[in-house]
Amino acid sequence: MLKYLWLIPLLPLAGSALIGLIGLYRVRVIGRKPNKTLVHTIAVGAVAIACLLSLGAIHDLMSLPQDERVYETVSFTWIPATPLKLTNGAWATFKVDWAYRLDPLSAVMIFVVTFVGFLIHVYSIGYMYEDSGYWRFFAYLNLFMFAMLTLVLGNNFLILFVGWEGVGLCSYLLIGFYFEKKSAGDAGKKAFIVNRIGDTGFVIAMMLIAVTFGTLNFEEVFRAAGAWPTETMTWGLLTGITLFLFLGATGKSAQIPLYVWLPDAMEGPTPVSALIHAATMVTAGVYMVVRCNALFSRAPHTMAIVAGIGVATAIFAATIGFFQRDIKRVLAYSTVSQLGYMFTACGVGTFAAGLFHVYTHAFFKALLFLGSGSVIMGMHHEQDMAKMGGLRKYMPWTYATMLIGTLAIAGIPGLAGFFSKDEILWRAYGGGHKIIWFVAFLTAGCTAFYMFRLIFLTFFGQPRFLDAAEPAEESHHSHGGHGQDTVHGGVGHGHGVRLPHESPKSMIIPLVVLAVGSIVAGYVGMPSYITHTNLWEHFLDPVFRYQAPVSDHGGHDAASTEILMTALSVLIAGAGIFLAYWIYNRRKTQPADEQRSLGVVYQCFFNKYYVDQIYDALIIHRTKDLGTGLWAFDRNVIDGLGVNGSGWVTRSLGRLSGVFDKYIVDGAVNLLAWMADRFSYIFRRIQTGLVQSYAMVIMVGVIAFFSLYMYLSK
Amino acid sequence: MLHVMGIPILNLVCYVPLAGFFIILLLDRKSVTAIKWTANLVALLDFILSIPLILSFNNPSYTDPLTNFRYIIKVPWITSLGAQYYFGIDGISLLLIMLTTLLGFIAVLSSWTAIEHRVKEYYALLLLLQTGMLGTFMALDFFLFYVFWEIMLVPMYFLIGVWGSERRLYSAIKFFLYTLAGSVLMLLGILALYFDYGRQTGVYTFNVIELQRIGFPFGLQYWVFLAFFVGFAIKVPMFPFHTWLPDAHTDAPTAGSVILAGVLLKMGTYGFVRFGLPLLPDASRYFIGIGGKSFPWMMWLCIIGIIYGALVALMQKDWKRLVAYSSVSHLGFCMLGIFAATPVAVQGGVLQMINHGLSTGALFLLVGNVYERRHTRLISEYGGLSHIMPLYATIFLIMTLSSIGMPGLNGFIGEFMILQGTFSDPTLRIWSGVAVVGIVLGAAYMLWLFQRTMFGEVTNPKNELLDDLNFREAFCYVPLIILSFWIGLYPQTFLRYLDDPVNRVVSKVRGSDYFKLSIPVADATTSPTVAPGTVVADRPAPHR
Amino acid sequence: MITTSHYLILSTIILTIGIVGVLTRRNVLIVLMSIELIFNAVNINLVAFSKQLQNTIGQVFVVFVITVAAAEAAVGLGIVIALFRNKEKINLDEIDLLKW
Repeated sequence: MLKYLWLIPLLPLAGSALIGLIGLYRVRVIGRKPNKTLVHTIAVGAVAIACLLSLGAIHDLMSLPQDERVYETVSFTWIPATPLKLTNGAWATFKVDWAYRLDPLSAVMIFVVTFVGFLIHVYSIGYMYEDSGYWRFFAYLNLFMFAMLTLVLGNNFLILFVGWEGVGLCSYLLIGFYFEKKSAGDAGKKAFIVNRIGDTGFVIAMMLIAVTFGTLNFEEVFRAAGAWPTETMTWGLLTGITLFLFLGATGKSAQIPLYVWLPDAMEGPTPVSALIHAATMVTAGVYMVVRCNALFSRAPHTMAIVAGIGVATAIFAATIGFFQRDIKRVLAYSTVSQLGYMFTACGVGTFAAGLFHVYTHAFFKALLFLGSGSVIMGMHHEQDMAKMGGLRKYMPWTYATMLIGTLAIAGIPGLAGFFSKDEILWRAYGGGHKIIWFVAFLTAGCTAFYMFRLIFLTFFGQPRFLDAAEPAEESHHSHGGHGQDTVHGGVGHGHGVRLPHESPKSMIIPLVVLAVGSIVAGYVGMPSYITHTNLWEHFLDPVFRYQAPVSDHGGHDAASTEILMTALSVLIAGAGIFLAYWIYNRRKTQPADEQRSLGVVYQCFFNKYYVDQIYDALIIHRTKDLGTGLWAFDRNVIDGLGVNGSGWVTRSLGRLSGVFDKYIVDGAVNLLAWMADRFSYIFRRIQTGLVQSYAMVIMVGVIAFFSLYMYLSK
Repeated sequence: MLHVMGIPILNLVCYVPLAGFFIILLLDRKSVTAIKWTANLVALLDFILSIPLILSFNNPSYTDPLTNFRYIIKVPWITSLGAQYYFGIDGISLLLIMLTTLLGFIAVLSSWTAIEHRVKEYYALLLLLQTGMLGTFMALDFFLFYVFWEIMLVPMYFLIGVWGSERRLYSAIKFFLYTLAGSVLMLLGILALYFDYGRQTGVYTFNVIELQRIGFPFGLQYWVFLAFFVGFAIKVPMFPFHTWLPDAHTDAPTAGSVILAGVLLKMGTYGFVRFGLPLLPDASRYFIGIGGKSFPWMMWLCIIGIIYGALVALMQKDWKRLVAYSSVSHLGFCMLGIFAATPVAVQGGVLQMINHGLSTGALFLLVGNVYERRHTRLISEYGGLSHIMPLYATIFLIMTLSSIGMPGLNGFIGEFMILQGTFSDPTLRIWSGVAVVGIVLGAAYMLWLFQRTMFGEVTNPKNELLDDLNFREAFCYVPLIILSFWIGLYPQTFLRYLDDPVNRVVSKVRGSDYFKLSIPVADATTSPTVAPGTVVADRPAPHR
Repeated sequence: MITTSHYLILSTIILTIGIVGVLTRRNVLIVLMSIELIFNAVNINLVAFSKQLQNTIGQVFVVFVITVAAAEAAVGLGIVIALFRNKEKINLDEIDLLKW
């Protein structure tokens, strides 16, 4: 199966192109939308086959000996060989292949991407069925699969960048899917541009790598870097490269300071939030950092920054998540926070743990998002948790699966999130990063709190939708089920209140599968005090071949400490859950009460520390002002003063010489003409205009001259 | 030399449009359809005739081994001046000629319904313009080059002045005078070289290859570089000589904008690659700041052009003007690559000329499509076009992405090679780093434009009944889209023509031993020495 | 015996008729005819001298003169037609376009 590796990204691309072309043809030429069954057969089929191929390829990879688990296939030469002068004065042949690489790291990623991607494709059939842009949605979604698979399978930085930008594009298109809404268009644009800011870092890093190593191929770069010393004391080249790479990662993976786009990205359809903005795309930054472990591990300063930014993002986003009322926004901030965890793991040098969290997070966060999508659809496009409550009754499947996801993310033992989060916490502590451990530990409590707040507000308590003054009139897009289960519940006002309903099977089945995944996925990475060797780390070992040796703070054998730490983290998770239970279930606090009792703190959290406003004021408006100013400068100074000014000077000079010309040069001419005119009064009498009189004169003249001649010649 | 029907191929390609020009002049002005068909067929024929240029490009019998120029035509012309009729192309001009014949055809095709009055003159001038452009790219004699360079001006002037929109006369005159001022200075530079060559060798010639053979004194190079710079920089246009461009673009008819952006601007960049840098290597190094010994004037101007153009584009209210300012930014990239004078950068710069021709040409065509329907270019007049014109929106998206350098499309290859190549020169590295900002801004203004025109509800009732692209209009984009993907995915088809000419230019500018300072790559990457640029107090032993 | 003098006398007479015609007649057509007479007077002269000098150049010239005269007549008539179209008159004393 390995030799079909190139097909894995290609299939979704073909699917996307096919759907796009069919769709455009039908809409433009025939004037009708393409057949929905055809659309989702192509889309889901392409992803399903890609998923099977991935599993086959992973299976084949696993059957190789541990040290040889790398498969590379070159499709074609992308950028042909060109001489490139390196920093040390040598000439390298700069050449980039369009090539794919399967190793344990990309195996994990393609498994997550194709498997979760497949489930979300299936889910989308139900969720998007009534949408008028059905074909467009699947074309974009398939294109995303292509880009994401290219990202994780690329064997060099530039192919990774292809995927990197490609997923950004698809994210843009899918966030802006409901493009009639200005907010959706804005959010898409914001996502793309913020990502682009990060990408500048990535591009600069690539250029640095290329002029340092003469190649962008992972294997060659890392092998060469493997011979370099760790930059413990200095801020050297590797520190520079990794910092720029990390800037790219902060954009893609929504870390401080570039996290602002992700919450807004929730404007997109919910399956998109699940696939792109939770399970796969946003983890690309983590993937990249893990991939570049050979570089990062040799730049301790960068590592410290990565860990610091990661953990700061984790707690920062968690606090914002406390009091959000939009169900998807809570999940979005939770995603930012969890991504912070992953970077924390990378920053403290345990790349495997970071990747482990990527893997488990993909399951439970996709599950949570899809569950929230189910809730939103059941609530007829209501996302405000203040208008939910008591949904347990109406949508039992959604409730059950979401509860599992929430337990997983909270870190309850036995579920996927527990293993990965615990691994990170323990490694941070065991690696001697006590402060980072403490903050991450607090974040774990926060996570449990706000996630259970979500559960309690949504599924427990009194239904609040019944007394919602206005019935759901969302008319942006008519999804499924409108108008079917309308009952007249409103006593006083006579409006129809539509009761929530459970979602169709095509949505529930992916939820159940993901819920199972959220439970069992963690068992591949059980800590070494249970399974003796950590299977996950063992599997990933070849990826870290060129990693700098980590200075060991001697924590590995202290299993008792590890168990103690585990107990602690379970305890704080439990505390968070209890707090949420106490406030939102026992005391029946409503979202509206939060504001009253917390005041300024609430405002600060709810308004996301006003970061968006600060960015707007400091950067976006200043850039626009600069643009406006430069435009004025362009018109008035360069064009006005410079070009039109010299035009004016020229014209003035022209006018001046015009005056001179008219009165002096031309005056002299006119004087001559005037004189000629006067004289002509005398002579013009001769001009009769009659031909014959002229002929007469000629005749007379001829005779006169002839006579004179005869006379003289005598 | 390759002959088609007994005529040297370059002459044929160059003068077929001229023949078309005369044929159209002979046609009755009332038989509009005949005129349109003639012009379209002639332009298509010219494109088809240019294809053999690629097919037998590497045939050694058409190649002058000494100069590596192909299909050479060299006959004495004005012997008393030493001017020759000297045509020949290398990889750089090959790509530009192909771009010209392709865009020329598309421009003619796109005008089918756009032009309603003075149809005969319009098509005649378009074809005349085509000959001028092709001749400029083929000429290897400065005198001949100058003649073609000036021939181009006149039809363009009329195209803007007669068939343009509101301020067409202002724009046309501005375009004409601006460019003429530049080209006169360029002529002075040419004459200075001509006389100095004569002084040194006793032979007077305008032959560019000959002029490249000898070195000119630095004092002369200094002034000639400035003269050439003004001439070419106006054409490019580089900051601060760019202000004719938005006006000319905005007011030109669609086909005029396409040709203007697609080909005419490339005359400037081409001038630098073909004449500026190889003829004046010392002055080039001095003004570019290669080696870090002098102030990097050119780099500053490129960077200012990139960022300034992008920022100004951001705030435009006029669709066409926005695209015009984006050209300033993109050509800043081209010039950055060309001035960086490293093999990767110059290849990228030349490729980016082609890319810009394709993507900006297409963007102007796209503006033209809606302008023809609505007769306004104000962005605020549009919105929600995705609903009404899905095909249009799709094509616009692809071209936007090509313009902002999405990997997989052409713009990325060019931009990346330019940046990477510039980066590889340690003294110019910083400029590459700064230029990256231009990419962010590029995404910002193009996506904002896309959002404002394509996204949102259809708020303007006038837009509700717009027709999507018809077959002819859509057909114009097919070659552009194909080429965009082709260059983006398999650029070596195009880059392999650039290797040799670019290396020649680079070794002219940087001296031929630039390439020789080579140590084996294996040593460079795997040696356990400390990384270049790292300052390490005591050197720890490498791990593993 | 007809000598050269005879020819010269004949040509003088024709010339005189021609000149008088040109100078006195009002109708532009007759003026044109008179001009032809003048040409032919010259032709006779040329032939006569050619005969006397035993040189063919004179006769060659005659052929040229006849050709030119034909062309001249065509142009003249063309002008007359144009004149007539515009002014509807062909009397020379009524046409004074050359006047200041």
